[in-house]
Amino acid sequence: MQEQISALKEQIAAQISAASDLNALEEVRVSTLGKKGSVSQLMKGLGGMSPEERKEMGPALNGLKNKVAEEIAARKETLEEAALDARLRDERVDVTLPVQEHASGSVHPISQVMDEIAEIFASLGFDVAEGPDVESDFHNFTALNIPEEHPARQDHDTFYLRPDANGDRKVLRTHTSPVQIRTMLSKEPPIRIIAPGRTYRSDSDATHTPMFHQVEGLVIDKDTHLGHLKGTLEAFLKAFFEVDAVTLRLRPSYFPFTEPSMEVDVQCSFDGGTVKIGDGNDWLEILGSGMVNVNVLKACNLDPNEYQGFAFGCGIDRLAMLKYGMNDLRAFFDADLRWLRHYGFRALDLPTLAGGLSR
Amino acid sequence: MKFSLSWLKDHLDTDASLDEIVAKLNAIGLEVDTVENPAEKLGAFTVAEVLSAEKHPDADKLKVCKVSNGTEEMQIVCGAPNARTGIKVVLGRPGDYVPGLDVTLKKAKIRGVESIGMMCSAKELELGDDHDGIIELPEDAPVGTSYVEYAQLDDPVIDIEITPNRQDCLGVYGIARDLAAAGLGTLKPLAVEKVAGSFESDVKVSIDLPEEAKSACTQFLGRRFKGVKNGPSPQWLQDRLKAIGLRPISKLVDVTNYITHDLGRPLHVYDANKLNGDLQARLANAGETFTALDDKEYTAKGGETVIADASGPQGFGGIIGGLDTGCADDTTDVVLEAALFDPKRTAFTGRDHGLITDARYRFERGVDELFIRDGMEIATRMILDLCGGEVSHVFEAGQDTVWNKTVPFRSERVQTLGGLDLPASESVAILEKLGFKVEGNDPYTVHVPSWRVDVEGEPDIVEEVLRIHGLDNIPSVALPATDHKAGTTLSPRQKRARAVKRRLAGVGMHEAVTWSFMTRAHAALFGGGDETLVVDNPISSELDCMRPSILPNLMQAAQRNRDRGADVVALFEVGPVYENDTEKGQLLVAAGLRAGRNAGRHWAAANRAVDVFDAKRDALAALEAVGAPANLQVFDEAPGYYHPGRSGTLRLGPKNILASFGELHPKVLKALDVDGPVVGFEVYLDRVPTPKNSGAAKGALTVSKLQSVERDFAFLMDRDAKVSDLVRAVQGADKAFIADVGIFDVYEGKGVPEGQKSIAVSVLLEPKEETFTEKDIEAISSKVCAAAEKAVGAVLRG
Repeated sequence: MQEQISALKEQIAAQISAASDLNALEEVRVSTLGKKGSVSQLMKGLGGMSPEERKEMGPALNGLKNKVAEEIAARKETLEEAALDARLRDERVDVTLPVQEHASGSVHPISQVMDEIAEIFASLGFDVAEGPDVESDFHNFTALNIPEEHPARQDHDTFYLRPDANGDRKVLRTHTSPVQIRTMLSKEPPIRIIAPGRTYRSDSDATHTPMFHQVEGLVIDKDTHLGHLKGTLEAFLKAFFEVDAVTLRLRPSYFPFTEPSMEVDVQCSFDGGTVKIGDGNDWLEILGSGMVNVNVLKACNLDPNEYQGFAFGCGIDRLAMLKYGMNDLRAFFDADLRWLRHYGFRALDLPTLAGGLSR
Repeated sequence: MKFSLSWLKDHLDTDASLDEIVAKLNAIGLEVDTVENPAEKLGAFTVAEVLSAEKHPDADKLKVCKVSNGTEEMQIVCGAPNARTGIKVVLGRPGDYVPGLDVTLKKAKIRGVESIGMMCSAKELELGDDHDGIIELPEDAPVGTSYVEYAQLDDPVIDIEITPNRQDCLGVYGIARDLAAAGLGTLKPLAVEKVAGSFESDVKVSIDLPEEAKSACTQFLGRRFKGVKNGPSPQWLQDRLKAIGLRPISKLVDVTNYITHDLGRPLHVYDANKLNGDLQARLANAGETFTALDDKEYTAKGGETVIADASGPQGFGGIIGGLDTGCADDTTDVVLEAALFDPKRTAFTGRDHGLITDARYRFERGVDELFIRDGMEIATRMILDLCGGEVSHVFEAGQDTVWNKTVPFRSERVQTLGGLDLPASESVAILEKLGFKVEGNDPYTVHVPSWRVDVEGEPDIVEEVLRIHGLDNIPSVALPATDHKAGTTLSPRQKRARAVKRRLAGVGMHEAVTWSFMTRAHAALFGGGDETLVVDNPISSELDCMRPSILPNLMQAAQRNRDRGADVVALFEVGPVYENDTEKGQLLVAAGLRAGRNAGRHWAAANRAVDVFDAKRDALAALEAVGAPANLQVFDEAPGYYHPGRSGTLRLGPKNILASFGELHPKVLKALDVDGPVVGFEVYLDRVPTPKNSGAAKGALTVSKLQSVERDFAFLMDRDAKVSDLVRAVQGADKAFIADVGIFDVYEGKGVPEGQKSIAVSVLLEPKEETFTEKDIEAISSKVCAAAEKAVGAVLRG
């Protein structure tokens, strides 16, 4: 009997190791440990044995059963491992294939620069004011001390809408300065505003387009003077161009709505064809400014003996060109996707003072 | 305003270098545009002599010349008709740059004959317009010397931009006066000799103006000359005028031009023999005509100031004279005019007739009214010196101006307005150097000189002090800190514009900025083109009307991109559209557009043309970004420029249209010459209600710990019934437990009866207090089916 068990053990061991997959192994299991399996049949024989025989054969048969179960389990693990390996080999893909990228659009440089300007002036206590593009003659000219005979009113410069029944013509605002007037007429000093927006002049070449963008600045208080204007512009330009320092040159000039008036140049270099703001041997004209003209204050019902202040105006497109290196203004308005992708900004590139203005 | 350095030094005694002068001009507000020295570009050219000139063997119009520069002889082929033996010429040699031709000379063969160098014309050297022949120098011109040296061309020409307020610097003398005040030298006194007349003029003048136009011409001084000899001006005068870009004409005319530019005093000369009777300054009658010195005929609108004789107007006063009474080379009898014309009328007349002249330029800015007599004397002296003859006593009309303009000046204003801490004595010294007289004690009375018509008030006085002392000396001061609440810099509207831009860029669209105007025909297709929004003087007919919508611009931009090969176009713009010409008629709109394919062709994605649902999705993203309520109603009606069956509007209540979206109408695509498919949307940012400000806190979140259940339903309903109605009905079927309703399949075709569609709805149920039993779910399902049937006649698909 013992020999029979040993033989069976060897035979089953051979069958187990011969099982090449889980199905074959299962067949071995059924044919040995299953209800009618060879080992189970032997186990059933225990019932007909004498107690002595049983005492001897019981452990032997149990040993056989356990041994077979162990070997099957071990073999199963090996086969499962191999099957998994095979499956994983099968599931292999070419990960070098290009994926479909998340759609990414862009924000126009003009919007970005307006956001940058707002961010800087927010830190100086300014609000952002607005006015309409279609303006009255009063707001665009008269209140700004630009009399009827001033050259700026001539047709070649200003766009006019058709005259109404009274012969009055609305203008497309030629500058953002009418927002000064609207602000002073609607708000009590102290006033600190910037007013970015669309402006229009009949002009077209590489640096002029019939529509362009300006930002106006206005501060009205009781003792605001030219030194404050200079300090404010320095702070703005330094922050905007993200440099350690800027040097300004103020040149006396003339604007009907300011007195004294000055043009502001910023020190720069043109090395290698690109403008670098901050140092160098050249000067770049960057904005016009001055102390608000007494006549303008009066037109806005402010007492010039009590209030005074400064105003400045600057081209936003020009600021963008200087900072980001575009050289043709017309391309700003052409909506060429290649240009927008190159010069535009990502949606999340929101300029902040904490995180920086440009990326 | 152009002048040469030597001209400036006629009036200014200075050792300052050119660079110092340029820097100072900029610093005091006389902005230097360009500085050009003819000597710099012509340094290589020399005086040479033509030794012989023979006809070219193979060309009738060319000559082969032997030319000597004193040390070398060279052969030059020349086409100038005046090239001939013996003349003195200006020679350029190989390697020399000829500015007028923009070429560098090199040895050449012209029709087979070698030519080394070039004999130049005035035009080729940018010394004038003359190109009829090469420059012929006087016989005594020394061969071999530098041409620049010989012709005294080493005289830089400075061009400055004079701001409209600085009429006093429209003469070289005024510029010298400003520079002297700024410490750059000494102003030389102007020599004014009173020239005695020897006879009474036979020509008289009168000023005949109505009371309301008295200011049109307040003074007219005249002088009659006889026995003068006109003709070309002397070389020095011609050179001066040419240097600043003026064409010498004749002695008489050149004198008036010279004094205009030297002293800022416009003058006019008439040929006395061509005048018919006396002169009269009056207003023009409508329809009166004359031919001006520019050879053009002008017809008065009525009200212009004219100088007339018995036969009619002989010129617009202060702007341009008449051709019929102008001086010519044979003129022997002359009337010289020095008059005062008012700025406004001069400006309007010039503008109305499109006349821009040196005289208008000065009169419309306001001339020195007290200088009229000196100007007349200086001109008289100059005419007599150059042309000989005799001069009459002055004849005149009108009165001398009484000039007594004073401005009160508190010296502390230099600090409190100008930001510059300057002792009063220094301010006073600056003003006195500029010709202001300062009287009394602080506050001073400042007498404004007659040439400073721009100075009106105290800020002007402060500006003068700052300007001369130097704006760079003003220290920078930071604005005082204010109590500025965070988040108040931008208005809610501006915040919306900002948010929607970032959102749309985030969904893959590119922001464009396009013109606020467009062609009226396109505007009309989009509900615009109203007469009140037409630009009266557009830069082109393509841009003659304020836009009623941003979409046409984006459509055309999309087409430009598609023409360049882009097959996925997604553009947006946030900007104004115009309903009318009032402030409220300008609306802030976010518009976007997709054209072509929805995405680039890709191995892992279904690729399709853009459709109306892309536009709807974009519109909802934009609305969500600006905080629009989520429960908007979708209407299947939209403006006529959309496809009538594939467009809609999103509304808050039946009236308030927050957005429209859809496929663009094929007719509109055709009219704009744009390829379909194109879908777009417009969100009216101003119409989105401002949410009530309830603070930053968001309120507590309550979440159920119980398992939620999802149930699916497949309904059959009429093809024309709206899914939005079905969804709303299902949502309302049991508000306590139905948390969300989604549509996960829409099917028409085989298996679905004709005229119907199958809609697969998923309903998310959230239990409140205890987990759902099967029975609970059955009960809710029944309510869902009942609501669906009631609302749109939907039945469960068997």
